[in-house]
Order: sequence, then structure tokens, then C-alpha cells
Amino acid sequence: MRYTKHRRLVSSAMAVTLGATTLAACGSSDDGGARSGPVSLTYWTWAPGMDKVVDLWNEGPGKKEQIKVTVKKQASGDTLVTKILTAHKAGKAPDLVQAEYQALPTLVSNDALADISQDVGDAQDEFADGVWQQTTLGTDAVYAVPQDIGPMMFYYREDLFKKYGLTVPTTWDEFADTARELKKKSPETDLTTFSANDSGLFAGLAQQAGARWWSTSGDRWKVGISDGATRKVAEFWGGLVEEGAIDNQPMYTPAWNKALNTGRQIAWVSAVWAPGTLSTAAPDTEGKWAMAPLPQWSEGENRTGSWGGSSTGVTTDSGHKEAAAKFAVWLNTDGDALNALAKESGIYPASTSAQLSGAFTTPPEYFSNQPDFYEKAAEIAQTTAPSAWGPNVNVAYTAFKDAFGAAAKKKSGFVAAVEAVQRDTVADLEKQGFEVAP
Amino acid sequence: MTSPARGKAYGAGGAPYARPSRTFAPRRTRSAPFFFLVPATVLFLLFFALPIGYAVWLSFRKVRVSGLGLGAGARTEVWAGLENYTDALFDGELLDGALRVLGYGCIVVPVMLGLALVFALMLDSERVRLAPFTRLAIFLPYAVPGVIAALLWGFLYLPDVSPFHFVLDRFGLPQPDLLDGGPLFLALSNIAVWGGTGFNMIVIYTALRAVPAEVYEAAKLDGATPLQIALRIKIPMVAPSLVLTFFFSVIATLQVFNEPTTLKPLTNSVSTTWSPLMKVYQDAFGNGDIHSAAAQATLIALATLVLSFGFLRAANRRNKQEAAR
Repeated sequence: MRYTKHRRLVSSAMAVTLGATTLAACGSSDDGGARSGPVSLTYWTWAPGMDKVVDLWNEGPGKKEQIKVTVKKQASGDTLVTKILTAHKAGKAPDLVQAEYQALPTLVSNDALADISQDVGDAQDEFADGVWQQTTLGTDAVYAVPQDIGPMMFYYREDLFKKYGLTVPTTWDEFADTARELKKKSPETDLTTFSANDSGLFAGLAQQAGARWWSTSGDRWKVGISDGATRKVAEFWGGLVEEGAIDNQPMYTPAWNKALNTGRQIAWVSAVWAPGTLSTAAPDTEGKWAMAPLPQWSEGENRTGSWGGSSTGVTTDSGHKEAAAKFAVWLNTDGDALNALAKESGIYPASTSAQLSGAFTTPPEYFSNQPDFYEKAAEIAQTTAPSAWGPNVNVAYTAFKDAFGAAAKKKSGFVAAVEAVQRDTVADLEKQGFEVAP
Repeated sequence: MTSPARGKAYGAGGAPYARPSRTFAPRRTRSAPFFFLVPATVLFLLFFALPIGYAVWLSFRKVRVSGLGLGAGARTEVWAGLENYTDALFDGELLDGALRVLGYGCIVVPVMLGLALVFALMLDSERVRLAPFTRLAIFLPYAVPGVIAALLWGFLYLPDVSPFHFVLDRFGLPQPDLLDGGPLFLALSNIAVWGGTGFNMIVIYTALRAVPAEVYEAAKLDGATPLQIALRIKIPMVAPSLVLTFFFSVIATLQVFNEPTTLKPLTNSVSTTWSPLMKVYQDAFGNGDIHSAAAQATLIALATLVLSFGFLRAANRRNKQEAAR
């Protein structure tokens, strides 16, 4: 009696275990690339409203091609990169991922992104060369399709500039003079702030000045963070902070929102997506802002950097790379898709033809006072300087936050901070085993 | 956990009714406890020992990159020996973080436990009014999640949006920046004290309620004042709960993460590696270096173990000495 009970227990336990194994076996069935019948893809993205854009695909071209895409909403930024890499380690990364341009080398160097150059056709023609080059990492491969870009611009309070008798600066020297003049006229007011929290902003400013933070020579990486261009940018902003001409507190805080909303900060060096941020940070000042090109380092120059922007990549774990690439191309080049992306997700498209059509024929609501907002934006986007990302941007960005945070607090040592970022970045590369050129 | 059958078999010694089962019973009783232990052991191994073991294993390894590191097969995981550990110890950032947390702990633990003890004693005194309400009011901040509490206080600290600064400004008084330099430690400690005092008070208060009333009666008959009762009777009687709350507080302090992480975006003074756990988080999820992160996590776990068990042993030894006296 007792023994039969025991045996029954054992056998049922065995059954449960076996059942679990069969279930697991079901879950991991993959047909490596060859397509037969309907295909279902998962897509990790943080863009709001992406599910609605994907619905357009699932009900239109996707239905015809029998490719169904499911959106899994993610957190943005570095945490998603870590999540993708972890999933990839287990061989379970989704078919499609959204990735910021500066994260692409990290993902590629972990072999998480597939080369889709065979599957993207002539999509390259849709994008500016500088944008496309970020997805190839300077090789013959293509690791992603560009989605949105963030060309940088100068935003200012039109009414307050008039009130204080300031003119819109066209060079950085004029920018510094404007900051000093404003301080003289209204000591309580700052032109803007230097934010040590926003590595991407500083990277964009350095890019405009001609910095190339990462480059390759042969089989070795070269880190150029402490080169002349970046030093110049750090010296410039450090000088303004030191003399008290601008504020030194971080952006994206309640205090910063209040300063923008009450006119205690009257300008912002930002990117094309600024209207969205301003409408939540400074809702009371709608219609009082204007946008101009970024100040230049020398007269007559016409260059800008980028802050933000992302792409759609296909992972090496995907069993249906061709289908996934097809969707990525549609999402980022099809007129209807880009219109929906602009409407639902509020992105500024990387595709040049989309920058002046559909949603971008009228200015953003917050900037209704500037009817040619998007025409200007498209012109500025054309002047984007080439960017150069490497395999440990995340490390450099962290080092930036800490080194420049300390420098901004002390109001000195900005050039030393640049050197600290360079040192940390090189040390990390060497620790990982990369060959680093001196 | 003696089963009734076993109790009978041994307790009743040579009782005749125990005999027939003697040949069979021992075998049953020997395997049964193990059988009942299986679920706990399996869970312990699967969800505790295995992950910890894996983390320790990871901490002895690292990633090697060859060439430019692009494309398939460019990264391999290799044995690193103690490299991650020496890096963590000699890098300075982890130790700097540990020192900062030490400073923070020197403020938090005494202030929080002192307040908790005073509140508990006050609530336990006979003349207190509205006791249940006060108890709840002091305990309530504990129910506020740490991140929310830090956000809340962050808004109150930020000069431009703080109502305190507004009031100070109105009266023409100096307005200290609490998110900078030394005051930052006070600002962070304040959040922890605000959130943790209530919980510790409840622990001490519960211990106080368990003291039999006769003790107080005897003290009163001997002419002890309420203050003397508090100092000479109540505090020694709740010493074990004080040890317990101290123990919990030290562990919580070593693990401080929420408050500085939440305040970080608001100020230039909190770095991404302000506390040791923040460094672990940054390495694992910001820089994608799980091997260094695993080594540092192991070091922090070891330090916590040594500190907390060292303290418990010291406390036990004192108790024994006192008992012997």
C-alpha cells in the first residue's frame, strides 16, 4: 500500500518533468531562415504608440506577405542595450530591436545584430550619407535601418530676447557675449545651463566642432575624446560656467522646468525634438519660443551635431532575418508608416523625403508662431557633421557624467574632465582586450 | 520537530505497544524528515545557492575581445582569476563609495534608532494621548516606497521648487543648498530616517508591551520615577530588540541605493558610483560588464556578512557576560 503510493508520487513527478521538457522543446523550435508559411516576429521598442504603426503593417503589407509583427514595449536607453545583450546570451533576443546609433557598435561587437545588407535593397537612397554611415560602422555590412534623427538647433525665447535687447547668436563667440550681456542686464536670468547629466548633448556639440571620438586604424581602435575639438568645446562651456555667465545645474529636473517656464532660462541648445520636451517642461510659454541654427565655431560655417536618434536592427537570433529586414525597411521608408510614426510616436524621420511631407508640412503646435519650422529643420539636418561611435560609448557617457558633474560643481577643471573621460574610455577598451592605437 | 510516533517510541521506552513497530518504524522515521526537507532544499538550491554560485563563477571570468571586436566570434569569455577582485579593491571607486556610505551610516543609524527608542518610550508612558493615531502617524512613512520618498524629498530640497526655500526667502534668511557637499549627507540621511524610524519604533514598542506590568509596579513601589523606570528598566529590557534593529539598520545602510539613485539626476554632487551598490548596478547595467559587477557584489556580500555576524557575536558575548554576572 505504502509503496504503491510512493511509486505513484514518483511517476507523477516524472510525468510533470517530462511534460515540462516537451513544452520547452515546443518553445524552442526554429527554422533557421528558410520561410514556409506565416511568420511571426517580435519587436522591442520604446517609441510610444508603435503598436498602432505596426497595426498598419499587420493589416496591410504584412497580411499580404504573411509576416505578423508584435510590439513589446521597452525602457529606452542603456538598459535596453543590456537587456538585448542578456537575451542574446540566452539565444532568445527578439527578431527586431530599436537601438540608438551610439549603441550599434556595442551591439555589433557582441554579435547581437545581423548584417542585413542583402535584404535592404536600395533603402540607402532614402537617407543622408552621414546617417546611413552610422548603421554600417564604416564596413560593407548594414546592421540597422535608420529611423529617427536628432539634428541640433538653438532654441530661444523670442519675446525675452527682444525685451533684453539681445540678438540671436550665429557664432559661439556671439553666444558667449549674449550670455554675458544678459547677466549684466538681468543678474537673475541665465541664457542657459551646462548640464553634466546629458552626455549626448556634449557629444553632439563636440561632433559639430569636428571631434571624432572613436575611429579605427587597421585592427585597432583610436579614442579621440581629448583631441583639440572636444577640448575647445569643454573650454568654452567651462569658461562660461566659471565666470558665472550661465548656470551649472542639470537639465530635466523640476528646477530646470521651472526656470524655462518662468523665463529664468531663456535659451536651450537642443535638437529637433525639443518642441515635445518644451511643451511639457514649459507649458506656459507656448508660442513664445523660436528656433535657429546652432551657433558656429567660425563665421560662414554651417554645421550641426546630433543629439538622439535611433534605428531598427535585426538580431542574429532571429529565425526570419529576411522577413524582419523587410519590415524594418517598410517601417522607416514607407510614406504611410513614417506619417504614422510622426503622429503616434512624435519622431523626426531619418528618411529625407519624409522630412518635408505629411505630418511635417505644418509646424509643431508649440511652435505655431514659426510656420517654416520643419523646412528650416530639414535644411539644418542636411548640415549634420559625421559622427563616430565606438564599442564602449556607455562607459564614456558614464565617465562624462561623473567627471563633468564634479567639474560643474566646482566650476573649474573642464579640460581635466575631458582627459578623465578619455582615460576611462581607453582603460575600459584595453581591459576588454581591444587593441588601442596611441 | 519530533513526530508523535517517535516521541512515543522513545519516551515510552519499553512500553509493550511500542514493540511491534520497532522493526519497521526506525526506517520510516529516518527517511521521512528528508522527504519533507526536499521541497525546501530544492527551492534553496535552485533560487539561492545556484544563482549565488553562478555569480561567484562569473566573478572569476572576463570577456576578451580580439581585433576590432566587430562581427561573430570576436568576444570570448576567459578565466580571469582574481583580476576582477583586485581591480575592484584597487580601483578606488568602490572604496570611496564605501567611505561615503560609512559617513552616511554614522548619521542614519544613531539618529534613526535614537528617535525610534524615544518615540517608543513616549508611546509606552502612561500619560500619552492619542496613542494609536500617533503610532500610525510615525509608522506611515515606512509604507511609502523608498523611490517615492526620495522623489518627494528631492522636490523639497531643490532650491527652485522647495517650499522651505520659498519661506526662508520671504523672511530674508539664508537658504542652504541641501544637495551639495556636506549637507548632501544630511539630506540623504533625512530620507532614510524619515522612512525607517517608524518601523524600528514598532519593533521596540512591541518589546516594551511584552514587559510584565508587575515589574513596573514593583519599581513604583520602590519609589522609582518614570524617567528612572525608562532608563533602568525599560531600556535594558528591550536591549535584544535594540540589537535586532541595529542589525537591520546596518544591513540596510550597506545596501543604500534608492535614495542616491533617485536624487542623482537632480544634482551634480551625486556621482553614478556614489554608493557601492550603485557601482555594481552601473557596471552591470550601464557598462555591460557583469564580471566586474559580480566580483564587487561578492565583496559587498562578504563585507556585510563579516560586519553583521561580527556584531551579532559581540552582542551575544556581552549578553552572556551580563548573564554570568
